[in-house]
Amino acid sequence: MYPFDYHRPASVKDAATQANDDALFLAGGQTLIPTLKQRLRQAATLIDLGAIPELRGIVLNGKTLTIGAMTSHAEVAASPDVRNAIPALADLAGKIGDPQVRNCGTLGGSIANNDPAADYPAALVALGATVHTNTRSLKAEDFFTGMFETALGVGELVVKVDFPLAKRAAFAKFRNPASRYAIAAVFVAETDAGVRVAVIGAGPGVFRVPEMESALAKTFSAAALSGIAVSADGLNEDMHATADYRAHLIGVMAARAVASLT
Amino acid sequence: MTKVSITVNGTAQAADLDPRTLLVDFLRDHLRLTGTHVGCDTSQCGACTVHLDGRAVKACTLLAAQVDGKAVTTIEGIAKDGVLHPMQAAFREHHGLQCGFCTPGMVMTAIAMAKDSAGEPLTEAKIREELEGNLCRCTGYQNIVRAIAAGAAAMKAG
Ligand SMILES: Cc1cc2nc3c(=O)[nH]c(=O)nc-3n(C[C@H](O)[C@H](O)[C@H](O)COP(=O)(O)OP(=O)(O)OC[C@H]3O[C@@H](n4cnc5c(N)ncnc54)[C@H](O)[C@@H]3O)c2cc1C
Ligand code: FES
Ligand code: FES
Repeated sequence: MYPFDYHRPASVKDAATQANDDALFLAGGQTLIPTLKQRLRQAATLIDLGAIPELRGIVLNGKTLTIGAMTSHAEVAASPDVRNAIPALADLAGKIGDPQVRNCGTLGGSIANNDPAADYPAALVALGATVHTNTRSLKAEDFFTGMFETALGVGELVVKVDFPLAKRAAFAKFRNPASRYAIAAVFVAETDAGVRVAVIGAGPGVFRVPEMESALAKTFSAAALSGIAVSADGLNEDMHATADYRAHLIGVMAARAVASLT
Repeated sequence: MTKVSITVNGTAQAADLDPRTLLVDFLRDHLRLTGTHVGCDTSQCGACTVHLDGRAVKACTLLAAQVDGKAVTTIEGIAKDGVLHPMQAAFREHHGLQCGFCTPGMVMTAIAMAKDSAGEPLTEAKIREELEGNLCRCTGYQNIVRAIAAGAAAMKAG
């Protein structure tokens, strides 16, 4: 690690004030600390968000589930409110990495990092979630802008995420057994806004599959998906899987998610 | 430098640290608690697992500064009055180790999983799933899984 100054503000306001273009927010550290160690990233200042109470917590209010940015994956997976309101979200959080990673890693850190294989972006896009930062509110699809990229500006931090409740939703993940990250994973959700199918792991970032969405809107069954081929164009190709294989997996995972709901 | 005060195995420890100091380096180099091992240093192997306010975490992937004001328990802190913790005793009884390098992390993860699953039965499948963050290069895991089942039962029996 290159040297840095360390700050631990007690409020969102102080965190934002301390930020600048040579500072990084530190959440659970499960991505940031390994990348600092490898000197893939560096910053003059780390701003630890761990002592800010307003970034924590899970609140169920009518048709919206709100989760604070610093809420850990383990807290989401174990929360009775999440398990009742959106069981697929608890399921997703409980499949991230391993228990130690889930005890530290946070919702805010995961979406701010926007790793192409991060799981949460699939849930945010499929459920039509809204990301609240300290300065504005963004639809999930506008928040995730590209590989490891988001709409967040300098001094802007994720405060919380609002998830509309789903009539039904499921997450199916094909994991790389060594890294525990997805090779391809699909989140299928039916909300008041309709059916959405969001994919992570397979492409440079989270994306939807409109053909599957319209087929499921007509008939919500795994059979309705048969015959829909996802193009391998632009999908990731690496030592773990070819683009063709990932395209195939999207169909299989989508069908599994839907089958688990019917 | 950053001032930290951390309760380690029940004792308050205060230090003025380079902010880059990892929790595992604070434990090993500053407090000489070398039972917590560094296997990979890349957040994969779990040899560095300790408890932070009772939950299993990888001490190589946390800054000491991040745990300021919190309580950490290491492998050195679980035996009482010279008597092994039931999970340690189970690892010995069931040969849950060969070289022993992964063992401190395995035992700390095992204790956390036994406590977490207080309600539901700790099946073999569940134990294997909960061990995803701990790698062992020697044993092939069979005896580790057996030891954890026995250790968890012993903890329950009190
Ligand atoms: C072994 C291992 C396996 C893993 N497997 C998976 C997996 O299967 N699926 C998965 O999705 N993830 C996985 N992860 C990643 C894990 O979920 C991380 O916790 C997550 O990606 C980052 O969250 P964090 O809280 O640790 O953030 P940090 O590492 O602290 O931060 C990550 C980035 O987000 C920024 N940031 C953090 N919080 C905020 C905020 N509130 N506002 C603005 N910016 C912020 C930081 O500046 C940094 O750039 C794995 C990690 C490890 C080590
Ligand atoms: S040394 Fe920490 S996970 Fe391997
Ligand atoms: S006993 Fe040697 S690494 Fe596990």
